[in-house]
Amino acid sequence: MLEFISKPWPWYVAGPLIGLTVPALLIIGNKSFGISSSLRHMCAACLPANIPFFQYDWKKEVWNLFFVAGILVGGFLAAHFLANPEPMQIHPDLMADLAKNNITDNRHLVPADLFSWQALTTARGLIMMVAGGFLVGFGTRYAGGCTSGHAIMGLSTLQWPSLVATCCFMAGGFIMTHLLLPYILAL
Amino acid sequence: MDKNIQTINQPVNTDFEVRSQHAMCVNKSELDKPLWTNWKYAVLGIAFGIVFVKAEIVSWLRIQEMFRLESFHMYGVIGSAVVVGLISVMLIKKLRIRSLDGEPIIFTPKQFNKGQIFGGLMFGFGWALTGACPGPLFAQIGSGALVVCVTLLSAIAGTWTYGKLREHLPH
Repeated sequence: MLEFISKPWPWYVAGPLIGLTVPALLIIGNKSFGISSSLRHMCAACLPANIPFFQYDWKKEVWNLFFVAGILVGGFLAAHFLANPEPMQIHPDLMADLAKNNITDNRHLVPADLFSWQALTTARGLIMMVAGGFLVGFGTRYAGGCTSGHAIMGLSTLQWPSLVATCCFMAGGFIMTHLLLPYILAL
Repeated sequence: MDKNIQTINQPVNTDFEVRSQHAMCVNKSELDKPLWTNWKYAVLGIAFGIVFVKAEIVSWLRIQEMFRLESFHMYGVIGSAVVVGLISVMLIKKLRIRSLDGEPIIFTPKQFNKGQIFGGLMFGFGWALTGACPGPLFAQIGSGALVVCVTLLSAIAGTWTYGKLREHLPH
């Protein structure tokens, strides 16, 4: 049992567990699954700056902040008590391509070659962390949701706008990965 | 409470998007509950964070594999999550299951607007760069990659900038 827990969990365990979050949130408190709105609540709470988009009673949505704080704690618990001691099993072609740009770390979920305080001083690190993060925050709010709100909650309730959004998420990811990222990684 | 949010937002938005924007964050419960009752969501979040890390969903390399079509893992995770969500929502509707507080469970239809295309593409770019959607950002920080705080702060700045520019963007 302990061995199973410490190994990486397969998709058919993780996917259904994530899917169960949808009815769990609905039944516990009539809440729609969504994570990116937590970023909006943080803006509304910390720096509303008279922007109408942030003028609402964020305290009523505080459950969402409890939820993301839980994710942070869950990440800590899994990484410290249930960690997989082995390197990740990554497709050899990907590792070979990355090795060309001196990226070899397959031991960390967040590769240290790419994401570290030191990397933050390089053009590559700035683009990947700062510009990447900005695009995540701007894009999810512009789209009205992220992978959880659109892809999982939206598709579970058969909303076609969510299907459009999900296809655009994937299209954006493919464009970045195949057309732009090779140049960014080589910086 | 829904009405509350809408009235406050009305000066900017009379015609588009209010519902679907709020559908992501709206608290459909009409009940006013004390802060501590939110512990349930924190517990659910902890479970969620553990799954994120244990299934390596928060790994930049796994996201790269997905976009390079080198692994079925992420497609399996998202696909099976949708199937389970779909069945659960159907059961909730069919059996008219109520929330623990006895309220009827409501689903709000999302409205289409161009933001789902433009914003969707932008998020896709960011997803491939950072290897994380908003949820995994929190899990990555928890797992010890403190530098991801920079990415998270930048994401909050991105959300804020969207709020600032919203009226000038095509929707």
